[in-house]
Amino acid sequence: MSVVSPIREHLVTGGKTYHDVTEDICRHVEAKPTKEWKVAFAISVLVLLYGGSWVLWTWWEGLGVWGLNKTVGWAWDITNFVWWVGIGHAGTLISAILLLFRQKWRTSINRAAEAMTIFAVLCAASFILMHMGRPWLAYWALPFPNTFGSLWVNFNSPLVWDVFAISTYFSVSCLFWFIGLIPDLATIRDRATGVRKSIYGALSLGWTGGAKTWARYEDVSLILAGLSTPLVLSVHTIVSMDFATSVIPGWHTTIFPPYFVAGAIFSGFAMVQNLMLVTRVVYKLEDYITLEHISLMNKIITVTGSIVGVAYITEFFIAAYSGVEYEKYAFFNRAAGPLWWSYLAMMTCNVLSPQIFWFKSMRENIVVSFVIAVVVNIGMWFERFVIIVTSLHRDYLPSSWTYFTPRMGDIGDYLFSFGFFFTCFLLFSKFLPVINMAEVKSVLKSSSEKNSKQ
Amino acid sequence: MAHKHEIPSLDESFDFSPALRKKLIISAIIGVAMVALGAFLLNNHMSIGVWSSGHGAEHGAADAHANGEHHGATLFSRIIGNIWMNSVYFLGISVVGVFFLSYNYVAKAGWYTSFKRVPEALPSFIIVPAIIMLGLFLVPSSREVIFHWAHHGVMDPASENYDKIIAGKSWYLNFGFFLVRMVSYFAIWYYLWTQIRKYSLLEDENNDIYFYNKSRSYAKMFLIFFAVTSSTAAWDFSMSIDTHWFSTMFGWYHLASWHVAGLATIMLTILLLKDHGYLKSVNFSAIHDLGKLMFGFSIFWAYVWFSQYLLIFYANLPEETIYFRERLSGYDGRYFAPFIINIVLNFVFPFLILMARESKRNMIFLKLACGSILMGHWFDFYQMQMPGIAKDQGGIGIIEWGTTLTFASMFIYFVANQLSKANLVAKNHPFLEESLHHEI
Repeated sequence: MSVVSPIREHLVTGGKTYHDVTEDICRHVEAKPTKEWKVAFAISVLVLLYGGSWVLWTWWEGLGVWGLNKTVGWAWDITNFVWWVGIGHAGTLISAILLLFRQKWRTSINRAAEAMTIFAVLCAASFILMHMGRPWLAYWALPFPNTFGSLWVNFNSPLVWDVFAISTYFSVSCLFWFIGLIPDLATIRDRATGVRKSIYGALSLGWTGGAKTWARYEDVSLILAGLSTPLVLSVHTIVSMDFATSVIPGWHTTIFPPYFVAGAIFSGFAMVQNLMLVTRVVYKLEDYITLEHISLMNKIITVTGSIVGVAYITEFFIAAYSGVEYEKYAFFNRAAGPLWWSYLAMMTCNVLSPQIFWFKSMRENIVVSFVIAVVVNIGMWFERFVIIVTSLHRDYLPSSWTYFTPRMGDIGDYLFSFGFFFTCFLLFSKFLPVINMAEVKSVLKSSSEKNSKQ
Repeated sequence: MAHKHEIPSLDESFDFSPALRKKLIISAIIGVAMVALGAFLLNNHMSIGVWSSGHGAEHGAADAHANGEHHGATLFSRIIGNIWMNSVYFLGISVVGVFFLSYNYVAKAGWYTSFKRVPEALPSFIIVPAIIMLGLFLVPSSREVIFHWAHHGVMDPASENYDKIIAGKSWYLNFGFFLVRMVSYFAIWYYLWTQIRKYSLLEDENNDIYFYNKSRSYAKMFLIFFAVTSSTAAWDFSMSIDTHWFSTMFGWYHLASWHVAGLATIMLTILLLKDHGYLKSVNFSAIHDLGKLMFGFSIFWAYVWFSQYLLIFYANLPEETIYFRERLSGYDGRYFAPFIINIVLNFVFPFLILMARESKRNMIFLKLACGSILMGHWFDFYQMQMPGIAKDQGGIGIIEWGTTLTFASMFIYFVANQLSKANLVAKNHPFLEESLHHEI
């Protein structure tokens, strides 16, 4: 017997029945695309094409189209990579960790968050390919027995660990997402006719909806959740080690692994918040993605933002405490050097702005939630930029100190990733159910307005 | 879902019998006697224990000199080191009681409600380590033994003990500021606990959501304060012992150690109370969930431990690696075994024994895991603090066993006493029903 305390908020409002859930979600998959969708899709594709041409130009011309120089050898490329990987984390967090913690509110947002994860990881991977210069040799990153002599990848390098961690993570995320889709695909199959029936039928892998299949579905979900939880931690841990294993002041700091993971969840939740707020309005899903959901996501944004804040303070404190001149200078330079504005942006966007959510009225205000989520993502981009560029541009040798200015190549390639991300997300939201119908139905009895009022 | 389960009576009060009180007081006294005996024996070049001080003193002295130490360690250092280390360890277990309650209040968790009186009782012990630690800090001779930065003349350019790097930290590590920090940690942690506790007890008398909301507000305040002070306390109480060394991870590593030890204490207390016929309403689903937290946070501890170690190992900067060098091979290798035991008891053993579902529902397996974690984190604090305090005089023997016995007896006394003061189940908690019917 499962009891839900009367003081808990409802997760599904509007007195929905099981059938209503099916109707409300399937409607968007089955109907013709709306005008708004077509406009949004056209813009995304245009951005993708424009950015894509810059990516091709980057490969044709070489990395000289970026603003890198001899001192700053890593800038927007790795910033964008870390930013996108970080955003990807929220999907796995919502689907795996919140599943392990039995958080029922995850059911309305897990599907879109997982899709977002996959697209974000692909965007991140695109920057790896871009900066390789010769992308057709990308498979050299894999440790395969080869005929080039005894060449192997450098197993001591965290960049190689990244290849393993991210490719594993990507595979498990896809699997998780697809397994979660099967019951819903079967629902669509059962309502469809013609070619659509065959396509959704093939995708639903002969799902019958019997007791046995459900039991297996739940087992697999739990196993995958158990696997993805350490994976999601490992990915950003290793990304942080790309920096922390070095001896560059501002990069070599032991707190990086958990601090990067917290930051990743932080920015990921902000992105989920943005996407869900738009989807909610466009698809009229206010009864499923309720103010309670928005408020809970805002709470997670505040917690993770504050954890990141504690890490910022710790880094600063230890730099001052360490007595190491280079460390001290690296942090002084971050806050007061020529790139002070990026540091200020990072601090205000990431640590201060989410504190507004201590007020319930702000947490449940849709406009404020949307704006802060955007601000957080800007802040998290600047966090990576601050870590990477401010630590590099004034290195050990003052004669090579310099400044970094992005060029069109940097901007164009970044635009490409946005175009790619939104094109994929729009396709997903048109052709697949954006909310996990089966799982929402599973909490309907315990957490919907209608049933608990009986 | 079909079966009906009986909910046992929620009126339970723990009887802290005079016989048990007497036993605990006697064992605390025995602990003190053991330390005295150990000290007496060592003074006469004898010892009972695994490692003894004194052997290889010449090497130790050479090491100490090489590391720029300014004073040699003595038997007194070892005893003071023990008292400090146990104080910090038991302080952590106590304060994790409030931490556990606070994050569960703030997250609106329901599952833990049936046993929430157990974590609620732990923080009553905060005052004992608080008094002991303040005493050790205020007395100059023990302060100088514990903290390198408190050595006479270390910050005075005219002194032969002058250390430029340590003098550069005087803005943070100075008597006044350190004392203010210590007092504020103890006072505010304790005060916020008393408030959460007060409203929780009032809730037993009055069925009103007001009391829950009050407790929750104090829980928020605690979390905000603890977010910062859990790290600063780690720097102060443990990291500043090895004054030259620094690591940004240290705060969270220290917290991870405190936290999982606190979870193991909560679990062990529940299991022992159940053995004696109390807490009948705590079902196996709740215990299973607490077991998962122990499992998860043992891994989390290993994660932060490993991340810190790997990054320092990899970058190989001498000012950082010295910390591990001292533990792996310094002082005649006397800290090597505790260093390894730490990893085995805190990660390997709990990881393997708690992995299977059924083991998190098996009293014996859980007790083994609790024992391993509690002993393991004792070793964790041992290897964090003793190399810096006891140096070449460190050992594990009757002195360590005695000090720990005294602390553990006092801790159990305080917790048992606190448990006996209120009903063992928080009767009117708004999530109690969820917890009583918790099923996973």
